[in-house]
Amino acid sequence: MASQIISLSSIATPNNGVDLDEIMQQKAEHQGCGTSGGSGKASCGTGAGQGDLAPEIWEKVKNHPCYSEEAHHHYARMHVAVAPACNIQCNYCNRKYDCANESRPGVVSEKLTPEQAAKKVLAVASTIPQMTVLGVAGPGDPLANPEKTFKTFELISKTAPDIKLCLSTNGLALPDHVDTIAGFNVDHVTITINMVDADVGAQIYPWIYYKNKRYKGREAAQILTDRQMQGLEMLTERGILCKVNSVMIPGINDHHLVEVNRAVKSRGAFLHNIMPLISAPEHGTVFGLNGQRGPTAQELKSLQDSCEGEMNMMRHCRQCRADAVGLLGEDRSAEFTTEAVMAMDVEYDLESRKAYQSLVEQERQATADAKRAELETLAGEQSDVKILIAVATKGSGRVNEHFGHATEFQIYEASASGAKFVGHRRVDLYCQGGYGEEEALESTVIRAINDCTAVFVAKIGGCPKASLEAAGIDAVDRYAFEYIEQSVIAYYRDYLDNIRSGAIVHGQRGDAEIRQGAYVAA
Amino acid sequence: MAFKIVSSQCTSCSACEPECPNMAISEKNGTFVIDPAKCTECINYFDEPQCVAVCPVDDTCIIDNNYPRYVA
Ligand code: SF4
Ligand code: SF4
Ligand code: SF4
Repeated sequence: MASQIISLSSIATPNNGVDLDEIMQQKAEHQGCGTSGGSGKASCGTGAGQGDLAPEIWEKVKNHPCYSEEAHHHYARMHVAVAPACNIQCNYCNRKYDCANESRPGVVSEKLTPEQAAKKVLAVASTIPQMTVLGVAGPGDPLANPEKTFKTFELISKTAPDIKLCLSTNGLALPDHVDTIAGFNVDHVTITINMVDADVGAQIYPWIYYKNKRYKGREAAQILTDRQMQGLEMLTERGILCKVNSVMIPGINDHHLVEVNRAVKSRGAFLHNIMPLISAPEHGTVFGLNGQRGPTAQELKSLQDSCEGEMNMMRHCRQCRADAVGLLGEDRSAEFTTEAVMAMDVEYDLESRKAYQSLVEQERQATADAKRAELETLAGEQSDVKILIAVATKGSGRVNEHFGHATEFQIYEASASGAKFVGHRRVDLYCQGGYGEEEALESTVIRAINDCTAVFVAKIGGCPKASLEAAGIDAVDRYAFEYIEQSVIAYYRDYLDNIRSGAIVHGQRGDAEIRQGAYVAA
Repeated sequence: MAFKIVSSQCTSCSACEPECPNMAISEKNGTFVIDPAKCTECINYFDEPQCVAVCPVDDTCIIDNNYPRYVA
């Protein structure tokens, strides 16, 4: 059992008696002190801790990997693909294939009945005790399949009452289902909102199906935006947390998203997640075929930065598939095929899940403490130097992945105000094109992290290290298995010292590429 | 007369099934099919055939010329 647990090798040994009281005590203190990143506004989700969140909201988000940037290093989620039908068409989606933009596997992938889905949830929850969230996100729109979606919720809330339920929708049918959603204690809903202006919308949505009629163009987009805004208001009135996802489509809605940000904030959205358009001809989507490009890493970051003063921005979204399983940034769905799940003999042990999760809490507390201690060493620092650092990690907030095994790098921004998680770059897809290892490294990994000054790894070979250095990226293994944020701050401090002593010259790095493709099981 | 589903194009998304006012659509061997005996082309129910309106793949729900047009 223990060997199956995700990347928690670094955690305290499970047999050193867990003192729940002590953990609760630590948690209470932790909540009291608001360990926000130091840069004022928490960067993504709830940033480093409770910060300025109300206690009842903190309670809802603290173990939710999609809502709390900090939790996403520690807690896992799963999606079940019970909802194949959709009621709108988006130009970035071809329903025949995996949709990279909206957590959607192609309809050819496995579909689950609500009963199969419930069994799968139990199987995963028993294998991965830090799985705390179940989402229905597709493959179509959960609310275009209300019976299947709500039946799934009903079954799971009976058998696994500690699991949080969430769903994500395009919003068209949302106002009709808000009361049912509230009735199932669903406390998180994600709405994909790409526009609040029908002229912009007409370029994104060719049609919608609403009240037994197909609408097109401006008219369709106007109905969609009205329904989305109404649904958002109804949810926030009932105290249900809403995250808004927006797909950034350069030339169509990139500037407009600032307006979307304002509109959703004023209606009480809790978090805004701006995601890059993922588009390639082989996806067979309208945007893929007409050559619509996605944003570069810098374009995305600067839009996220410009919305950040307004509200919480989420930067850790992996645009995962509707059948993804595991920590964000990994996908273990291949272990849990319908066949495998139906053959499993599952026992749902609430107590052992709780005990395990309290160990996770300890680890999480230690991470926050280490960061705070390190941050103190930067007190009084005035420099306006900012650098990006790529980190190879398997989770738990530590530098614990081998350079050669990393399928993604987490990106941190280091500045005088501390370490801030600003995104992630996926690299595994680049290696599938039949490149030799050497070429894959030079042409792909470096392109993906080209804007970074350094890359932190648990281990790295001599050859890749030399190639990285040639590209001006410092390959650093001296923080192996240390806490990420603490290490980022320590590196930054040394970096400033080296600038001052003249040992290095600080220069601007270039832009980087964003990977094309959703998370798929390897 | 009736509509039919071009099975090579159907994604099996199931969207059409609940929209049909005559319950003419069902799943068979992984794709969806229309029972021509039940399909009324949505005449007397809606202005447009519902399966056509909701289907995400163009030209997948089409008129089946093997049957005469439906007369209400
Ligand atoms: S809402 Fe989702 S499933 Fe429906 S067309 Fe858009 S991307 Fe595809
Ligand atoms: S045309 Fe109307 S009645 Fe005929 S199959 Fe389609 S939805 Fe059903
Ligand atoms: S809506 Fe179209 S693609 Fe979906 S099941 Fe019906 S015929 Fe097939």
